[in-house]
Amino acid sequence: MNMDLVVPIIITLIGASTPILIAALGELVVEKSGVLNLGVEGMMLIGAVVAFAVTYTTGNPWLGILLAAAASAAASMIFAFLTLSLSANQVATGLALTIFGTGFSALFGQAYTGKPISIFRSIFPEALATHPLWRLVFGHSPLVYFSLLLVVAVWWFLKKTRAGLILRAVGENDLSAHSIGYSVIGVRYAAVAFGGAMAGIGGSCFPLLLTPQWAERLTAGRGWIALALVVFAAWRPFRLFGGAYLFGLVMTIELYTKASGGTGGVPSEFWAALPYLATIAVLVLISLRRSGHSAAPACLGKPFLPTN
Amino acid sequence: MLPRLELRGITKRFPGVLANDNVSFAVKPGEIHALLGENGAGKSTLVKMIYGIMQPDSGEIYWDGARVTVANPKAARRLGIGMVFQHFSLFEALTVLENIALGMDAKIPGRELEARIRAVMTKYGLLLDPHRTVATLSVGERQRIEIVRALLLDPKLLIMDEPTSVLTPQEVEQLFGVLRTLAGQGCSILYISHKLHEIKALCDTATILRGGKLVDTCDPKVETSRSMAEKMIGAGLKDIVRGADRIMGPPKLVVTKLSTLKLGHFDVPVDDVSFTVRAGEIFGIAGVAGNGQNALLDALSGEVHGGDSHSVTLDGHPLGLLDTTGRRKHGLCAVPEERNGHAAVGDFSLSDNTVLTARDRLGMVVLGLINSGAAKTYTGQVIAEFAVKALGPGAMAGSLSGGNLQKYIMGREIMQKPTVLVVSQPTWGVDAGAAAAIHQALVDLAATGSAIVVISQDLDELRALSDTLAVINMGRLSSARPTADFSVEEIGLLMGGVHGVDEVIDAIPA
Repeated sequence: MNMDLVVPIIITLIGASTPILIAALGELVVEKSGVLNLGVEGMMLIGAVVAFAVTYTTGNPWLGILLAAAASAAASMIFAFLTLSLSANQVATGLALTIFGTGFSALFGQAYTGKPISIFRSIFPEALATHPLWRLVFGHSPLVYFSLLLVVAVWWFLKKTRAGLILRAVGENDLSAHSIGYSVIGVRYAAVAFGGAMAGIGGSCFPLLLTPQWAERLTAGRGWIALALVVFAAWRPFRLFGGAYLFGLVMTIELYTKASGGTGGVPSEFWAALPYLATIAVLVLISLRRSGHSAAPACLGKPFLPTN
Repeated sequence: MLPRLELRGITKRFPGVLANDNVSFAVKPGEIHALLGENGAGKSTLVKMIYGIMQPDSGEIYWDGARVTVANPKAARRLGIGMVFQHFSLFEALTVLENIALGMDAKIPGRELEARIRAVMTKYGLLLDPHRTVATLSVGERQRIEIVRALLLDPKLLIMDEPTSVLTPQEVEQLFGVLRTLAGQGCSILYISHKLHEIKALCDTATILRGGKLVDTCDPKVETSRSMAEKMIGAGLKDIVRGADRIMGPPKLVVTKLSTLKLGHFDVPVDDVSFTVRAGEIFGIAGVAGNGQNALLDALSGEVHGGDSHSVTLDGHPLGLLDTTGRRKHGLCAVPEERNGHAAVGDFSLSDNTVLTARDRLGMVVLGLINSGAAKTYTGQVIAEFAVKALGPGAMAGSLSGGNLQKYIMGREIMQKPTVLVVSQPTWGVDAGAAAAIHQALVDLAATGSAIVVISQDLDELRALSDTLAVINMGRLSSARPTADFSVEEIGLLMGGVHGVDEVIDAIPA
């Protein structure tokens, strides 16, 4: 294999992994605080459509990303209000959020169907990325660098900071955290808002990074993959990174196989499903190996109901 | 001398209940003050108001002579009030250090905090490795975390809620040593307990609550355990009545070389356990929590198999490979320690809970259909016989207080007249009056010729109840002897065993 083929493959791989990684890291923080938000797919779609609309109208992708994060965070606050303040069922409310996001993005995006925007490219000077190897370092969209920083930042926040410790404590034992005097609901609102913003940024990757044209259901179920990754990565940021890139790798192989016309006589639906299957299979195998008690936050998905 | 803490006319009302009714008392600096009362007497509510978890409806709290409002636990800690909860508010997935850091209001860097923790641990002899995950620690070690956490704040008042219920006699002595040292340094201690002899040994003053009202403030050194118990329940205390010179019948339950597999990382299996219980005998098994009691109960009840059909026999019938239902049909009933979720389903009515364990012995299921009339009638009898405070057979099990649920569960099994009854922690968290009733029911059941196994951490209970006693440590059972032949010290040593010594050596800080 020569360099001219490998480098584009790697760049495609990274692009395909980035939206899942960002959204999943957001959801990881949400779940560590004990909340299960199944609305990731819906929030990603809201982020995608807002990013597209703003970038198309203003020509400024930075503003597009910012407003995508704000819009998805706002949508997540509907979820937070229902599940945290009113103790509604988190699974049902999360599913409703996904349905809402799908409908909202379809409606709001109607005016933009088929219209193009330009890809949000590297912020570094072109000259730096002429050599293929340098392209691997400097040739990415800012969203890619953001996603990589986010992996480290989430790990560092959860493991090394006091705020992260409190967040984990709230997810492990909400009643104890409450009795010590921490605001369980407050921490969870903040986590859900962060998860919403990250889902929005993850969603904005679709028009800005992958397909610079609006189409309905642009995210194609990646929000669900992000959710599954969080679980099978055992709520660990670095394992999540590995899972997201594994998905990106298989997806890229699938794209190149299709492009070269060789589907090996296997139906193309199989190839389309392969990244999802392969990622889940590998992560299930990894999580099977670990015995003992589950890594899931003990309060995941349970409403917080203080006794007095 | 100004009192450290003074309560004046504290009243707290919940829907339908007056939890505290005009309660006033004072705690002096350096005083160890006991707060006594049955379940539901209002001790927890009162303490929660002192610690700022709840607010009183009326009444005043004075701290060092000045009137204060304790808005939340943080405010309480700022005043210098520390609390060790009965149910530890620990996070199992986090380390000792992280758990303590969470309880600190001031933001202290990890390394400095660790140094301070080690200093407090050394000063009071509370040894622990700060980097261990809480899930790997014993109950006694978990309690040490709570105490260290409270001591780091240099409290002027330390509230201890039922601290000794899970400790060996030696651990209790060690704890008392720590508390006396603290009191000697001027720290006041508010000590909540059911164990009257401990209060006599430790406390300077005792305040007794009954039905939310203060009944008496007395000197426990002058009072007898019995007189304090009677003040608590407001009536004379019944002794266990047994027939004189009971003669044990033939062996009923014979356990031979029973071993179980280690199921999880923190599981303690039973290892080569053998014992015999005769008709009419109450066989006590003492031990500190986490020494294989759960595995033993599961292996006897049939939740796990012992691997050999003859490892457990009843009247010579091999039961070793039968499940719980099969063993119940043969007359072996069991009550596990955890009453909510194991012995009873909280979201089921009492009547449905009755069907779950009594269906075969009492014919409550015919052709796969539940005879709900029979279940209701039997449940009603249990409620009446064991004075369970419940709205009726239709009441949800989860709506009952812990003590009442325990009375129902014990009654449900005892009234099935099992040939062998195995119970774990029969009076855990149950007040003196109800405990006496449960003890009497067990003694009466034995008098009818049933064989009874009582697994408990409460030595007073075992010494009062059992004819024969053995001690379980790290899954192994000591040889059984008549209870009267054991001294408390001897049982304590067996309970601690070699295991206890290892722990202390492991925990010495580097």
